[in-house]
Amino acid sequence: MLVFIIRRLMQAVVVMVVMSALVFGGIYLIGNPVAMLISDQASEADRLAVIRDLGLDQPIWQQYLTFVGKALVGDFGKSFRAGEPAMRLIFQHMPATLELAVIAMTIAVLIGVPLGLYAGLRPDSFGARSIMTVSILGFSLPTFWVGLMLIMLFAVALPDWIPGWPRLPSSGRGPTVDVFGLKLSFLTAQGWLHLLLPAMTLALAKGALIIRLTRAATREVLPMDYVKFARAKGLRERRIVGVHVLKNIAIPIATVTGLELGQVIAFAVVTETIFSWPGMGKLLIDSILLLDRPVVVAYLVIIVFFLVLLNLLVDILYSVLDPRVRLDATAR
Amino acid sequence: MTDLAADKLPTTTSPAAKVETPLRRFISAFCESKLALFGLVLVIIIAIAAVLAPWLAPQNPYDIAKLDIFDSKMPPGSASSDGTLTYWLGTDGQARDMLSAIMYGLRVSLLVGAVSVVAALAIGTMVGLVAAYFGGRVDAFLMRCVDIQLSFPAILVALILLAVLGQGVDKVLYALIAVQWAYFARAARAAALVEREKEYIEAARCLALPQRRILWRHLLPNCLPPLIVIATVEIAHAIALEATLSFLGLGVPVTEPSLGKLIANGFEFLMAGKYWIALFPGVALAIALIGINLVGDHLRDILNPRNAR
Amino acid sequence: MIHRKAGAVLAAAVFSVALAAWPAVAQELKIGLSTEPSSLDPQYHNLSPNNQIALNMFEALVAQDPEQNLQPALAVSWKAVNDTTWEFKLREGVKFHDGSPFTAEDVVFTIERAAKVPNAPSPFTQFTKQIVGIDVVDPLTVRLRTAAPAPLLPVDMVAIRILSKKAASGPAPEGKTTEQLNRGEGLVGTGPFKFVEWSRGNQLVVERYDGYWGAKAAWKKVIFRPLTNAATRVAGLLSGDVDFIENPPTVDLPKLATNERVTLARALSNRIIYIHLDQFTEPTSGIPDAGGKNPLKDKRVRQALSLALDRNAIVQRIMEGFAVPAGDLLPYPMFGTRKDTPVEKVDVAQAKKLLAEAGYPNGFSITLGTPNGRYINDAKVAETIAALWTRVGVKTQIEASAPPVFFKNRDEFKYSAYLAGWGASTGEMSDPLRALVATPNPERGMGGTNKGRYSNPAMDAKLVEALRTVDDEKRRTLLQEASKLAMDDHGILPLHFEVSVWAMKKGLTYKGRADQYTLPYMVTPAP
Repeated sequence: MLVFIIRRLMQAVVVMVVMSALVFGGIYLIGNPVAMLISDQASEADRLAVIRDLGLDQPIWQQYLTFVGKALVGDFGKSFRAGEPAMRLIFQHMPATLELAVIAMTIAVLIGVPLGLYAGLRPDSFGARSIMTVSILGFSLPTFWVGLMLIMLFAVALPDWIPGWPRLPSSGRGPTVDVFGLKLSFLTAQGWLHLLLPAMTLALAKGALIIRLTRAATREVLPMDYVKFARAKGLRERRIVGVHVLKNIAIPIATVTGLELGQVIAFAVVTETIFSWPGMGKLLIDSILLLDRPVVVAYLVIIVFFLVLLNLLVDILYSVLDPRVRLDATAR
Repeated sequence: MTDLAADKLPTTTSPAAKVETPLRRFISAFCESKLALFGLVLVIIIAIAAVLAPWLAPQNPYDIAKLDIFDSKMPPGSASSDGTLTYWLGTDGQARDMLSAIMYGLRVSLLVGAVSVVAALAIGTMVGLVAAYFGGRVDAFLMRCVDIQLSFPAILVALILLAVLGQGVDKVLYALIAVQWAYFARAARAAALVEREKEYIEAARCLALPQRRILWRHLLPNCLPPLIVIATVEIAHAIALEATLSFLGLGVPVTEPSLGKLIANGFEFLMAGKYWIALFPGVALAIALIGINLVGDHLRDILNPRNAR
Repeated sequence: MIHRKAGAVLAAAVFSVALAAWPAVAQELKIGLSTEPSSLDPQYHNLSPNNQIALNMFEALVAQDPEQNLQPALAVSWKAVNDTTWEFKLREGVKFHDGSPFTAEDVVFTIERAAKVPNAPSPFTQFTKQIVGIDVVDPLTVRLRTAAPAPLLPVDMVAIRILSKKAASGPAPEGKTTEQLNRGEGLVGTGPFKFVEWSRGNQLVVERYDGYWGAKAAWKKVIFRPLTNAATRVAGLLSGDVDFIENPPTVDLPKLATNERVTLARALSNRIIYIHLDQFTEPTSGIPDAGGKNPLKDKRVRQALSLALDRNAIVQRIMEGFAVPAGDLLPYPMFGTRKDTPVEKVDVAQAKKLLAEAGYPNGFSITLGTPNGRYINDAKVAETIAALWTRVGVKTQIEASAPPVFFKNRDEFKYSAYLAGWGASTGEMSDPLRALVATPNPERGMGGTNKGRYSNPAMDAKLVEALRTVDDEKRRTLLQEASKLAMDDHGILPLHFEVSVWAMKKGLTYKGRADQYTLPYMVTPAP
């Protein structure tokens, strides 16, 4: 187990080094961040001074070595634009993204599991067929397009056409409440309103996925002996489904939900851009467009760490829940 | 979704090897689903519109000399100012006929999707076969790379690559290939591991055929069917990814708009009530993706022995 | 400075009337910003998004009215004592947000701090570096000494927002660091609003400072939210999320203008959108098929390209009428502009004729570089230009890049032709002439952004003479002559002046500003 964890962490380090080197070199070659930061009116001397201050006058390998040296002691540099430590910026933006992702995932599970269960229990009914067809829509449509349509519908068209229809906010985050130092917005009414559209956008694709997964798992469980026994014992259908089926499909659903959380956080980049959601995905896009290298690199380091951790937790959880799975090095 | 498909594949034995008339059997199985047929029809329509765009489109949207700026932002059904053309789907901010722009945009989108998937399929299959055939350290190393790659969301990897590479259709292709090859590598390896133990390979070995020949002439053809299924779904995935990247401003340049770029251009017109500039390319994109996914979904059902009747 | 005096007096009078009419109601104003400030430190990043936020909490010695005329602010008057010394009389009885009095010491502290802020991406030293000494004559009088005559020093002082020495002192060389100021520590000014909180990416909150010396703002509380996507910004206004937005996208303007729940404010800005043409390298990389020659060195070709530009069409169709076709680098009647400057009329036949005369009857191909997302509709304007040029036989391709990539390419002279913009913050013709048209010469600070490398010694001579002429009338004439030389040469092709727009819910009023700033204390509810 320990070997397994160490191995995973080593991988993470390798990925971080490769990615950071790539980003370092690439962003260096592609453009000049100073041109975007500095005022048009600045003199040539001022420009050179800024380039020197930011360390951009040095050869790229030297910049990278300096970065690695500092990163080893936890200093990932300051944002070119904001002048604040890049890590701090990311952590400031993180609660907003996590909040959005967790709520979107919760909605996806709350919608996906019942519908998937129904489709699995009555696979040939009209309802089940409709659910499955619509679920194809759910993961076919790109996130950004769904977001646009939701804005169109709930923030523009419906309130325009139907007097008194509430206009849902389509941008930004609602007021936040401090919970153990975390700024969370889902505890206020306004916060919920603001969360609704972006969370629905993200939840749609994941909901479709969970529907299909639940259906497949249910169909696999139904012919099993223990379900047949339960039926034979004359247990009520509600109990059979509620206890025997749900319990057994819970493991794959929990695993996928966990793994997909990483996907949701990545896709939040798109949703946050459309809805001006002040999360770290939007920060990443803004930083990429401005070539704010320290922030891009810091984001990468955080996200690599996060994803590796997530995978690790899911694997460990899986091995605890399902004793058939063993976590030795050659298992995969 | 493709992840799941890949995970299930180890249990897939090649159906092609089992049946006597595989193609016929396959076609009749496919035709059982009306939905899949409908998807196929959508795909065919879209493909024809894209391939024949230069002949079918009312206008060449790239021929900027022909665009008349005073025809910009016309609603659907308007006639052009010189009276020679009806803009059935309206025009965009540059006075491009939306119908033509969508057909040409489809070309870019489908091309990017298809080329990237074929390239990723080639690279991934090669890696997967090599890993499965040689096993041992080679296998461990290659699969480790695949695992790492797959643990990252595709959108994120593509985003970072484009941030580093810059803009352009070719850059988008590289990014898409980079995020897709690993799916194919994993699936190809899984299929090959099963095939490797089969008698015909053993027979080939006994004949002391060269390794390369066994690999490419015997192993590869028999591993292909499951890969084709993944490729179908991956094309939809690639098109959606390209559209997303273009929408974020990191994809294809403005001069060769794909569907995603057209939607992005139309986004700002949305609030101004000029819905057609974003809506119609979006509908075209949705039709293309739904069609491909309907087909892919059903293909997966047919080829998955667990669902076999 | 005489030329600005009359305007300043008039504007001041209009203002005091307007100020008196403002009802002091306790209300909240929510503003949608197109760009979030990168920092709250008023001396960290000299860029509009930061400067306009700083102006809520801080004031400078000198202010500018919406037309960029100078106005007294923390200084009540200023005068040149001799060629190299300016004296500023400070306003009496002004108190900082923490209650401490404003004195000359704060001015000294602030001016000296500008050079000490580390890692400033756009430092304020560009306004202070000519100052070689600061003398405190008495607590309400400071003298700024410069090495050379600095006729524009009072204009420079507009950008230096005064920090409280008491609040902003600290162990670091610059006192309170940028990071501390971002958290609100030491963020103490004399402006109409006090800092409340800032959560980056989400919102910035300020509240009215009741001890403000001037007219009190109409708003008890102002909330700024960064809504960087233009469409979501408009959606935010329409859905009531925000009350006031800056830079609504031009495509939405016709609809917003007729929306009865929305009011628009507009102002002609000092930003010119232009095309630079490479007049240096031969052959030039963007024109592959001109037989190894650079056609752009031929004045007839440049004129043909200018004649092909249908500036009215661009303004009407792409800018939705929210721009003004340009025939010069600054709009009339700014200082040094000519009243009769014509805007080149589109003339396809004449353009073709000129191209034929220059030896290109079949035209040539050219690549036009443009940033995508730096100026209003930049890439779209470039696309239209491509269509217009192609119409006269110059087959044009567009190379649209993200702004940082564009600027890198531009600075490495990779474009044979490129579209860009220039905001003349001083409001004087010497500003664009010096930056965009003068022969590049870094030592003398000339032609810093002249990446087309147009060079006309006669124009340079006139400009240099103007820059050391103190007499306003003479300087005006010299600048007019210099700009006429450049325009007649088609050394640079002016396209249009941007019009800045603000959109707000019905009942609010705002006077649009040439400097494009969004200032909530100038926003008033209906009388």
